[in-house]
Amino acid sequence: MTTTNQVSGGPALEARDITKTFGHVRALRGASFEAFPGEVTALIGDNGAGKSTLIKVLSGVYSPDAGQILVDGKVVHISHPRHAAALGIETVYQDLALAPDLDAPANVFLGREIRRFRVLHHQGKMRQLTETRFKELGVGLVQDMRVPVAAFSGGQKQSVAIARAAMWAEHVIIMDEPTAALGVVQTANVLRLIETIRDRGLAVVLISHNLLEVLQVADRIEVMRLGARVARFRKGEADAERLIAAMTGSYVTEVSA
Amino acid sequence: MTEQDKPTLSAELEAEQTTDVTAAEIRPRSRWRTVAGSQVFITLAFLLLLIAAFTMLEPGKFGTVNNLTLLAQNVAILTVVSVGTTFVIATAGIDLSIPSAIILGEVFTVKALQMIPVGDRMAVAIPADEANALVIVLPLLAALFAGFLIGAINGMLVAYLRIAPFITTLATLGAGLGVALLLMNGVNAATYAIAQVADSDLFFGVSNLIVIALGVVILGYIGMHMSIFGRHTLAIGSNEEAARRVGINVKRHLLKVYIVGGVAAGFAGYLSVAYFTTTSVAGHATDNLRAITAVALGGTSLFGGVATIIGTVVGVWIPAVLQNGFIIIRVQPYWQMIAVGAVLVAAVALDQWRRRSQNRS
Repeated sequence: MTTTNQVSGGPALEARDITKTFGHVRALRGASFEAFPGEVTALIGDNGAGKSTLIKVLSGVYSPDAGQILVDGKVVHISHPRHAAALGIETVYQDLALAPDLDAPANVFLGREIRRFRVLHHQGKMRQLTETRFKELGVGLVQDMRVPVAAFSGGQKQSVAIARAAMWAEHVIIMDEPTAALGVVQTANVLRLIETIRDRGLAVVLISHNLLEVLQVADRIEVMRLGARVARFRKGEADAERLIAAMTGSYVTEVSA
Repeated sequence: MTEQDKPTLSAELEAEQTTDVTAAEIRPRSRWRTVAGSQVFITLAFLLLLIAAFTMLEPGKFGTVNNLTLLAQNVAILTVVSVGTTFVIATAGIDLSIPSAIILGEVFTVKALQMIPVGDRMAVAIPADEANALVIVLPLLAALFAGFLIGAINGMLVAYLRIAPFITTLATLGAGLGVALLLMNGVNAATYAIAQVADSDLFFGVSNLIVIALGVVILGYIGMHMSIFGRHTLAIGSNEEAARRVGINVKRHLLKVYIVGGVAAGFAGYLSVAYFTTTSVAGHATDNLRAITAVALGGTSLFGGVATIIGTVVGVWIPAVLQNGFIIIRVQPYWQMIAVGAVLVAAVALDQWRRRSQNRS
C-alpha cells in the first residue's frame, strides 16, 4: 500500500506552541503538532503526557490559553466541537458516541439528516448513501441497515463511528484509541479502515497506546512528554525501543521551550 | 507500511476473511421478520386475540360495530394523551403531571367560555347549537395554552435545572391541581357550549372524537417515526451524550418534548369538557398511570430510545377491551385491573428479554 498524497505542501492541521493550564496543572506547555493529508499521524505518549488535552483543543472541546491552530495553513479559533466539524475536522471518541437504539444510517446522519418537506427525514436516501459509502470504505456490515447498532459487535460499532467521521470530515479525522477495546480480528478491520481513509487523502490523527499498531499503520509518529512534543519519526525511522525511549524522556529530537 | 509489518497485517486480514465472525454474526433479516419480532406485533396479535375471544364468547354483543365504535370513542381522549406521553417516555423521561395538565385544560376551556359573549349571555351558558366558530376555537387555544404552560414548566425544570423528570412532574402534578382548584374554587362548572365537538359526526358518520384521536395518532406517527424531531427525540433517549456531540441542542429539544406532552394533555382537557360537558377537577387522577401503562404495553422503552406510536394505540386498547369484554361476558370488571397488571408485566418482561438477547455491549 503506497500513500498517494505524501508530499502535498503544508499540513492539513497544525498546532503551534499550545499551552493549556487547569488550575495548577500545566497540561500543555508549548505543544506543537502537525498532520498532513494522506498520512496517518500517530500521537503517542505516556499517560499524562498531554495527548488527550491536545486532542480536545484540536477538536474544539477546550480552548487553548495560548498558541495557534492552523487548518490548511489558516489560523483558526475553534470554540466548539461543531465549529471543528464545520472546519472539516471530525473526532472519533473513545466511547463511540453512537445512539445504540438507532440504526447505522440514523447514527451516520444524526444531527445532519437529509430533509424532505423541511421537517421530515429522508430515511431511504440516507440508508442508500450510508450503504454506498460503507461499501466504498470496505466496512462490511451492510447486511442490515435496519438493525439498531446495539446489536453490532464492538468492532462493528467502532467501524460505524469511524465511517461516520470519514463521511463528514473534509480535512482531518482524529481518533482517540480506536482499537482499545477490540479483539485481534476487529482491530485488523479497523486498521484497514484507517488505511482506506488515509488513502482517500484525509489526514488521520491516531492516538494509541499500542506501539506495534502505531508502527504498523502510522506514516508519521509524534511523541509527547510532559505537555510538549519531544520527538518526531517518519515511517521506518522508529522502532518500539526508540518510541519508548522518547516517551520516557531518554531520547529527544525536539528543542522545546 | 514496512516490509516487516505487512505480512503480519495481511495474515490477520486473511484470518479474518476465513473466520469472519463479525460479519456473519448479524444475519440479514427481512423486513417482515423485523416487524414480526417486535413488541408491537406481539401486543397487536394479543389485542386481536382478545377481541376475537370476546366476540366468540358473546356473539352479537362484543364484536358489533356499535360496541367497537363506542369503545373507540371511550378511548379517544386517553389516546390523545398517550401519544403525547410517548414522546416524553422516548427520551427516558416520565410525565406524572398529565392529570393536572388535563384538568387545567378543562379549567382554561371553561374560563375562556365564561369570557366570550354570545348574544346577551356568556358562551358557557349557551346550548350546543348556538355555538359559533369563536366559541369552539378560543377555548381550544386556551386549553392548549394551559397544556403548554405545564409542559414548559416541566421541560424547563427537567432540561435546564436537571431535576429528575419523576420529581419534576410529581411536583407539577400537585401544584397544577392546586391552581385548577383555586381557579374553580374547588367546584366544577358544566357547559354544553362545545359539546358538538365530541358529539357530532362531521366525517363519514364517525364520531368526531374518533376522527380527532385518529388525527392525533397520525400526527404522532409522523412526528415520531418520520420527522427529524422524532429522530432526535429517540437519539436523546438512546444516548444523550451522543446527541449532544453531533450538535443537537439537547436542552431545547427536551423542553419541546415536554411541551408536546403538556399540549396533548391540555387538548385532552378540552375534549373532555366537550365530551362530558363539565370540568372534572376531582377526576383524571389515574390518567397519568393509564397513559404510561398504554405506552409501556405498546413497546416503548421506559429507558428511552425506542418508541412506537402504533404500539401506544394498541396499549390504550388492551385495557379498554378487557374491561368492556369482562362486563359483556359478565365477569366482575375488577378482574380487568388484575389482567392489565399481568399483561403489563408480561409485555415489559418480554421486551427486556428480547432486547437483552439482541444487544451486545
